[in-house]
Amino acid sequence: MFHFCAMAPSTEQRVLHAPMKVEFDYTRSLGPVLSAFMSALKQHSVLGGVLADGRVVVPPPEYDPVTHAAVTELVPVSDVGTVLSWSWVADPVSQQPLEVPFAFAQVLLDGADAPLLHAVSVPSASDMATGMRVRVKWAEEPTGTIRDIAFFEAAGDDASDGSASMEFGAPEVTGIVSPVHLAYDYAASPEETKFFRGLAEGKLFGQRCPVCEKVYIPPRGACPVDGVPTAEEIELPDRGTLTTFCVVNVPFQGQTIPIPYVSAYVLLDGADIAFLHLILDIDAADVRMGMRVEAVWKPRDEWTTSLDNIKYFRPTGEPDADYDTYKHHL
Amino acid sequence: MAKIPAAVIGVGQTHHRAKREDVSIAGLLREAVDRALLDAGLTFDDIDAVVVGKAPDLFEGVMMPELYLADALGAAGKPLLRVHTAGSVGGSTAIVAASLVQSGVHERVLTVAFEKQSESNAMWALSIPVPFIMPVHAGAGGYFAPHVRSYIRRSGAPGHIGAMVAAKDRQNALKNPYAHLHNEGTTVESVLASTMLWDPIRYDETCPSSDGACALVIASEAAVAASGVTNPAWIHGTQMRSEPTTAAERDQVNPQAGRDASAALWKQAGITNPIEEIDCAEIYVPFSWFEPMWIENLGFSGLGDGWKLTEAGETEISGKLPINMSGGVLSSNPIGASGMLRFAEASLQVMGEAGEHQVDGARKALGHAYGGGSQFFAMWVVGADKPAN
Repeated sequence: MFHFCAMAPSTEQRVLHAPMKVEFDYTRSLGPVLSAFMSALKQHSVLGGVLADGRVVVPPPEYDPVTHAAVTELVPVSDVGTVLSWSWVADPVSQQPLEVPFAFAQVLLDGADAPLLHAVSVPSASDMATGMRVRVKWAEEPTGTIRDIAFFEAAGDDASDGSASMEFGAPEVTGIVSPVHLAYDYAASPEETKFFRGLAEGKLFGQRCPVCEKVYIPPRGACPVDGVPTAEEIELPDRGTLTTFCVVNVPFQGQTIPIPYVSAYVLLDGADIAFLHLILDIDAADVRMGMRVEAVWKPRDEWTTSLDNIKYFRPTGEPDADYDTYKHHL
Repeated sequence: MAKIPAAVIGVGQTHHRAKREDVSIAGLLREAVDRALLDAGLTFDDIDAVVVGKAPDLFEGVMMPELYLADALGAAGKPLLRVHTAGSVGGSTAIVAASLVQSGVHERVLTVAFEKQSESNAMWALSIPVPFIMPVHAGAGGYFAPHVRSYIRRSGAPGHIGAMVAAKDRQNALKNPYAHLHNEGTTVESVLASTMLWDPIRYDETCPSSDGACALVIASEAAVAASGVTNPAWIHGTQMRSEPTTAAERDQVNPQAGRDASAALWKQAGITNPIEEIDCAEIYVPFSWFEPMWIENLGFSGLGDGWKLTEAGETEISGKLPINMSGGVLSSNPIGASGMLRFAEASLQVMGEAGEHQVDGARKALGHAYGGGSQFFAMWVVGADKPAN
């Protein structure tokens, strides 16, 4: 296909990149089984779930994998067990159980019928062996999470059978916080890159689709209707018509613009698609569909390859555009 | 080869709440699944395949939750599929499940959709700033509010129509024990007096943030006959369509994907005059103004006239075309489940099992869902009678 060949192999250098970071502390409710498990960990006891066939599994599953019934019987197992299998982690990464080299291991706790995956701390890989006996090293500060088991350490052959049985009342721990961090590289398309680089020069470059001849701003790697990249570059003016808008009056996490603010679709003169931007220099109550607006740029020395080089759009003072001129853009 | 007739024989849902801190995600699903299986008179052993749906993973921060859920859903040793089409996913998940039966691949399929919004914050998840672009996005409300304004301008609808929809749906929710919001005394006046969040959308004109799940058991003609269920909801037609979020001159008020899907659906279900032949509808209305917008998009009225049905009270339970008898998305919004709840509530109506919010004599009902930036549509028609086609 012709547009396939148009893609140069050096795309990597031709496009703009920016780091993106997404993070959130998720609040996880545990349900009855895992609440009991986490609450017991906080008291230095390990609970297994009793399945319908009598097997004891750690951590306890919420539902029996064979009968699918809810697991309701929990029993304490030992905090000592046997390594069934292991893998050495020579270069630990952030958030792993240990900062120094360690082993991930399948540990069959005494009294359980299925192994628990956790960390084993030993000086070197040569100190690890299948069949070795290990014991829970409890965290100094209990948190009611799986990290209350800081790691396992070698127990020797003479280990006792560990954790005593205990009384279980209403679970103390019913939820955990699960922080998630995603960091990745955002790459703009080659077409968008031309637009963003134009912004750094104070210019607004759209592109025309070679098939439908609509002018897109920002340009597109694939016209949504025809599937081909937009091509012919067209410099557009920094003024146009506000087609429709809303007034944002709701605060939310991650918000960067003070409320209330007007979020509006601005259709630049000569473009066939509007983009969202901010409207200022006018009372929100006076903003209208069809209002003529122009860009207010940041000082030139603050320009980057971003649409926020335009601080906002403001009314030009021209008469409003006739509804018929923009109604097909709603 | 003709499709095998299929029907809903079991319906289950959770009590939808702002926070279901008493259950895990798996426990939430099982509440709906256990009720659906009980309703169908079946156990997990009778199920051939499981189809699960939810909205974006960022909503709970669990990547590929279907893997973790396999045991809880009794899926070990069976096909387990996960469907994703943003907010319409509950609808498209039910349609995928139905097609597995209609194609003759399976006899009995369990399908379940869910969201546990309290584990995260959907507003945050839908407003992640994108590099190089102006950060004016403000969640789903911020996305849809400009298009609601366009609808009002285009149709000339009076400003209180949105409030009428909200008051009606909140009153309907009082008749639905599973609904999240049970706001007694909601009136057009009280809605109009509520805070403007995304002008022109007010607080009371928006959906809540809910934890909840919905499950259905879909069975083939032979499996219906073998079951003890005597009032199945027969599937008369299913359609899905999608379109780009942004395109030059894209109609955001009356999207083509919705128009095309509904036109195909009516044809498939042998319906020539939807407003006369459909007895009631459960339509995805997360912001009140989408009731008149979708009335027009679905072809229940001419362009610009949808609001007149609302204003005349024709969308109330006693009206000509009752809409969202359950209280709708405006009263319960576990996002991933919301579409399946529409499909399930339509089924309950033709099964005659909708309880206090039952429409008298409902024989044919519409279930509808949309998602993303109005770019995914999923809908079905269910009937009390076995389809003739």
